[in-house]
Formats: sequence, structure tokens, C-alpha cells
Amino acid sequence: MDFVNAIILLLNYIFIPALTYGSQLALGAIFVTLIYGILRFANFATGDMMSFGTMMTILFTWYFQSLGVSLGVLPTALLAIPFGIIFMILYMLLIDKFVFKYYRNQKSPPVQFAMVSIGVMFVTQAVVRIIIGPGDRRFFDGEKFIIKAREFKEMTGLNEGLTLKSTQVITIFVTIVLVSLLFWFLNRTKTGKSMKAYSDNEDLALLSGIDPKKIVLVTWVIAGILATIGGALYGLDKSFKPFTYFNNMLPIFAAAIVGGIGNPFGAFLGGYVIAFSEILLTYAYKKFFMYILPESMEPNSLVQLLSTDYKFAVSFSILVIVLIYRPSGIFKGKVL
Amino acid sequence: MRKNLNVIAAYSIMMVLILMVGIFQSWNIALSIFNLCLISAVMTMGANIQWGYAGLINFGIMGYTALGGLAAVLISVDPVQEAWRAGGFDILMSLWLIVVMVLVIRFILKRFEKSKIRTYSIATIIISGILLIRFSAEPGIEAIEAVDPAKTGFLGGFGLPIIFSWIVGALFAGGLAFIVGKVALGLRADYLAIATLLISEIVIAIIKHEDWLTRGVKNVIGLKRPAPYEVDLQTTDWFIKLVEKFNSGKLSVIENLADRQAALNQLVIEGSSVFVKLCYSGLFLVVVIILLILTQKALYSPWGRMMRAIRDNEEAANAMGKNVVKQHLLIFILGSAIVGIAGAMLVTQDGLFTPGSYRPMRYTFLIWVMVIVGGSGNNFGAILGGFVVWFLWIEAAPISLFLINFFTAGIPETNALKAHLIESVPYFRFLLMGLGLLFIMRYRPKGILPEKIEIK
Repeated sequence: MDFVNAIILLLNYIFIPALTYGSQLALGAIFVTLIYGILRFANFATGDMMSFGTMMTILFTWYFQSLGVSLGVLPTALLAIPFGIIFMILYMLLIDKFVFKYYRNQKSPPVQFAMVSIGVMFVTQAVVRIIIGPGDRRFFDGEKFIIKAREFKEMTGLNEGLTLKSTQVITIFVTIVLVSLLFWFLNRTKTGKSMKAYSDNEDLALLSGIDPKKIVLVTWVIAGILATIGGALYGLDKSFKPFTYFNNMLPIFAAAIVGGIGNPFGAFLGGYVIAFSEILLTYAYKKFFMYILPESMEPNSLVQLLSTDYKFAVSFSILVIVLIYRPSGIFKGKVL
Repeated sequence: MRKNLNVIAAYSIMMVLILMVGIFQSWNIALSIFNLCLISAVMTMGANIQWGYAGLINFGIMGYTALGGLAAVLISVDPVQEAWRAGGFDILMSLWLIVVMVLVIRFILKRFEKSKIRTYSIATIIISGILLIRFSAEPGIEAIEAVDPAKTGFLGGFGLPIIFSWIVGALFAGGLAFIVGKVALGLRADYLAIATLLISEIVIAIIKHEDWLTRGVKNVIGLKRPAPYEVDLQTTDWFIKLVEKFNSGKLSVIENLADRQAALNQLVIEGSSVFVKLCYSGLFLVVVIILLILTQKALYSPWGRMMRAIRDNEEAANAMGKNVVKQHLLIFILGSAIVGIAGAMLVTQDGLFTPGSYRPMRYTFLIWVMVIVGGSGNNFGAILGGFVVWFLWIEAAPISLFLINFFTAGIPETNALKAHLIESVPYFRFLLMGLGLLFIMRYRPKGILPEKIEIK
């Protein structure tokens, strides 16, 4: 019985949260990697673009709530996401037209693109803060829990409770569906294949008659979908705050690079690598060992490798190690 | 003279703007803007010699600034004897362990050929070493943090004058830059940017959470000053006389003796804070001028020419026998050290060290905006960038408030949109910075004062 308790404990405090957080990172990381692979720059405005998409979703959620429209047990935000995506894509295309296009035509070096994206980051941050303010916003409604800890204990008779929040299930489910669709699109459709070709070798792709304008357009559309859904899921699960979203850019970058930048599948797995290592290394295993070890060997300390304060530092250290020993990432992206 | 006309014009406009703040708002505000402009200018000079001279992109400015600040704390705070007695031994032991670990790793790296076994054994040493240090230092750290946690709870510093920390800050930052440079300089430009950004976040995480060293988010307040205190000045005779002399015209108008005394007291209070700020301005100005002379000399020296050659064509410079890797590391260290000086100056001026306030927006990206806007590769441009951008950063809110009121003059005060806009005035500074950066990048990619190299 103790063994089962220990498993439930890990499931409750490590596995499910890490899977949720990893999914949110993975969506962001695919966004970064797509922009990097096809438009060829490191987008420092990633976090703020995600916060823009989330902001639009929140605004529509409020609008629907004021109309009295809801999805019952599901959060209203799910209904608002498609509208958020439309505005996100429009915003991205607008920025591309007025900012990035010029440098693309000039064939500017990636560093210049990165600098320009910092300008976009400042502007987007201002827009989001001016429209919705810098404060913490919760926009979750509907049924909060699928399994509550107490109910689970009563049901199974175990000591450890298992909590399953509906946002966690929604996040994981939506991520799986979205990522499968994306990989189907990239590997099976003509447009997806031409995007891959363009990413591999721009000149050859142009020679074989691929329209670069269409590629760029499709990239921004996919990026808009990923950014809005990733941001909205994070906001539903935790809360929406522009500053947090800006900070989330860093683990997202880490995930994209660890997975091998330019490689969407790598970015997807990279998200989970980062999330699991952050949580595994900063979790206090005391209770776990209390369950599986005999009483005489119980640990006195928390058995925590690193304090939770270093959560971010863990993922950044992983990134630095990967950059030194395997600069193309775990799953072979572009060589740096 | 003629060719420097745009430099002189740009600086004159900047000075007039600051003077206008002094006349229309207050001299206190003008001087605090001026002081922070000077500190920003030091930071931009550091970033500029990395980016402008050598083309190295360093998004870790925040980390070096914080290390400079840490130096200010460690130099100026008096040592906490009790904490040293409680846990000093454990901490020193851990330091020894770190030194031993580094030496062992160096020995292995030198002695053995590159192989998988070597890599794995080094990894094992590092991981077990970290665990060992963690467990050996834990009781010491707990003991130190338990010593009067509301006031100290850390080891304190050396109790030296805070001015020394400007040099020590540079050494700290240079040391970190050495490690970062060894690790990351081989990366391509945009990866170097990301790697340095993330490493600086690690540095901040350590400074924030290692309470025994830095007090962490509990902050260190009341650092010693290199300048006199306002309270002391207000009771000093010569200072009161000085204020009286300066304002004799204004004071003589007042007939009543008691009123005149009250007015004088008010002027002394205002004057004392202006005087303290002026002292800082003087100190900072000295640093800026020394750095400017040194960097200008370096720029036009053979070394500067070599750096530009490396920046413009790495392969060619390499083929000419220049050691690109070594020079990149050197300039990375130099630039970061200058940023470290600025960090120490900042904490010196504030008199407090708040690890929680180090955020990449303010200490990394804003500095980059300054470098790009001012003109990379040109020291005068970089300093001007520091001045212009900091001035706008502070004055953005009043300017945008004025603009909002101007454009919505016909709309009543109760209008929801107008109220909302006025409420979000503080965030217009981000908009201004972003648009400024985008416009400069697009229409004047070399900055306000572009790099100008004369071939003699």
C-alpha cells in the first residue's frame, strides 16, 4: 500500500504538474522554433506576443460572459480562443508588414532581426499593459476539479490524495491534438512540405517555385495559433500577468534550443525535458522516501536537491550544458 | 571643429533639456536624472566596446550590474562578527572545497586526453562536489541566517569606504565574464545573446536566494556614502552661509525676521539634497571622463584597429595571425568590467541593494536600446544614447500625459477611455522606447552619432 501511496504522491506533485507545464512550454517552444527555422531569427518578443494573444482571449471571454454565453463545465475561454487567435494573427501580420518584412528583403543578419524583435517586444509590452493593465488576471470559470484530493482518498482508501484540475486535462488534451495536427500538416500537406523545404534551403526552395510570401504568411498563422493557445492555456492554469509571460520567454527559449532549434519535434520534447527537470530537481522527496523506505531509514532532511527558488536556474543551466556539449540540441536541429 | 559639429550640437541639446527640467520641474529631479544618465552612460560604454568594437552581443548586462552592486555591499558593510563566529568556518570550508574541486577538474583536463570517461568523471566530480558543498555548508548557512535576521542575517562585508567597490565591482564582473566567455563565446551571435541572457538570470537567482551572502530579497539598506549626509549638512555653518549667499536676493525681500529664517530653513533643506546630488554628479563625471579618455585611446590604437578588423572579417583577421578567440574573451571581460563599475556606482548612489529590482527589461534591454539609439562603435554616441534614452524613460510619462490631454481636450474628464489612458500613462514609456528603437533601426541604423573612423 505504501508503494501505491508513493506513486500517487509522485503523480500528484511531479508528473501531472510537469506534464501540464511542459505542454505549455512545448507550444511556445514550437512557436520559437518555427520562427527561427523559417524566418531565421530568434524572436525576443515571444513571451509578449503570447501575452497579447492571451489578452485578446481574456477580452473575448469577458465579452461572452457579459452576454451570458458559457460552455457549462468547460471554461468560457475555450470559446474565446478562436477569436483571440484571429486578432493575434492580424497583429503578427501587421508587425511583419511594417517591421520584419523590410529586414527580410534586405537580407539582414540574424542579430539585426533579434534587435528589431526587441523593439517589437517593447511595443507589444506597452500595448498589452495599456489595454489590460499590468495586474494579475484570472479568467477561469466552469468546473475547477475533475478529481478532488478528498474524494480520491475516500474512493480508494489511500493516504495520498490525487488532485486533477480540469485545466490540466484541457492543457494536455489540447496540446496533443494541436501538435498532432501540426505534425500532420508539416509532414503530409504540400504547404507543410514546402515550409520544410524553405527552412532547409531557401535558394533551392525558391528555385523550385515555392512562393516565399505564402510561406511567411502560413508561418505567422501557425505561430499565431500556437502563441494564443499556449498563452491562454498557461493563463487558465495559473493566471495572466504580462510580466510573467515576459519571463516565460526564457524557459521557452531553453526548451527550443535544448530540443534542437529549427526542429519542431525537438522543441515539443524540449518543453517536457525542461519542465520535468525543473520540477524533479526542486521537489522535496522526504515524503516519498517515508513511504518506500522502512521506518528506521527515514530521512531527516527534506531530501531536496535544490531549493525551489532555483527553478528557473535549473532550466537555464541545462541549456548552458547543452550549448557547450551538444550545440545542435538533443534532437539535432540546426548547427549553431 | 567642424566635423564634430553634430556631436557638440547633440550634447548641447541634451544639456539644455536637462536644464529645462531643472528650471520647470525642480533641480532635484534634474540632478537625479543627470546622475542616472551618467551611470547609464558608463553601462552603455561597457556594452558599446563589446558590441561596437568587437561585434559581441552581450544580453547579460543585468548580471554584471548586479555583481557590481554586490561588490558595493561586500566592501562597505561592516562585518557581522557574530555571524562569522556562527558560520564563518563552514563557509570558508565550502570555499576551500570549491577551490579544490576546480583544481582537480583542471588537473584532469590537463592530464588526460579528451574521452568519454573524462567527460563523465568531470560530471561526476561536479555533481558530487555540489552535493558535498550543499550538505557541508548547510549548518553554517542556517546559523548565519539565524543571527538577528531582521537586521543582519548575513556575513556582512569588509567595512571599507564604498568607493573601493567600484574597482572591486569591475573585478567581480570581469571574473564572471571570464567564465561566461570561456563557456559561451564560441556560439553564434543570436545564441550568444540567449545564453548570456539566461546566465545573467542564473546570477540574479543566486544573488536573490543566497541570503547568507547578500541578504537576498530582504535587501541591504543604509550603505555608507562617499558624499555628506543631508542631515549633517543642514546643521553645518558653512553650508547654511553658502545657501544664504546664493539666495541673498530672494531672502532680502522678506522683511519679517522669523519668516526669513523659515524661508532660509526651507532653502537649506532643498539645497542640501541638491548639494549631495552634485557631489555624486562630480564623482560620476570623473569616472565617465576617465573611461571616455581610455576608450577613445583604445579605439584609435593598433589594438582598436585590430578589434575592428576582427569584427568586420573574422577569418581575414585570423589569417593575419590575430588570435580571435583570445581577443574576444579580452574585450568581453573589459566591457563587462565597465558594466560592473556602473553597477557599483548605482548602488552607491541609491545607498541600498535590492536584488529583487534587477530585471532584464531595465538592466539589459534598455541599455541595448541606449547603445543602438546612440550609435554603436562611437563612444560619444553611446554616452549620448545613455543620456537621451534615460531622459525619455523618465520624462515619457509627463510627455505622454501632456499628449493625451492635448488630443482628448474636447472629451470630458469622465470619459472611460480618457480615464483609462491617463491611468496607463506609466506604460507609454515602453511604447516610446520600442518605437524609438524601431525607427532608429529602420531609418538610421547606425544610431544618432554613427561610427566614424578616420584613417590617418
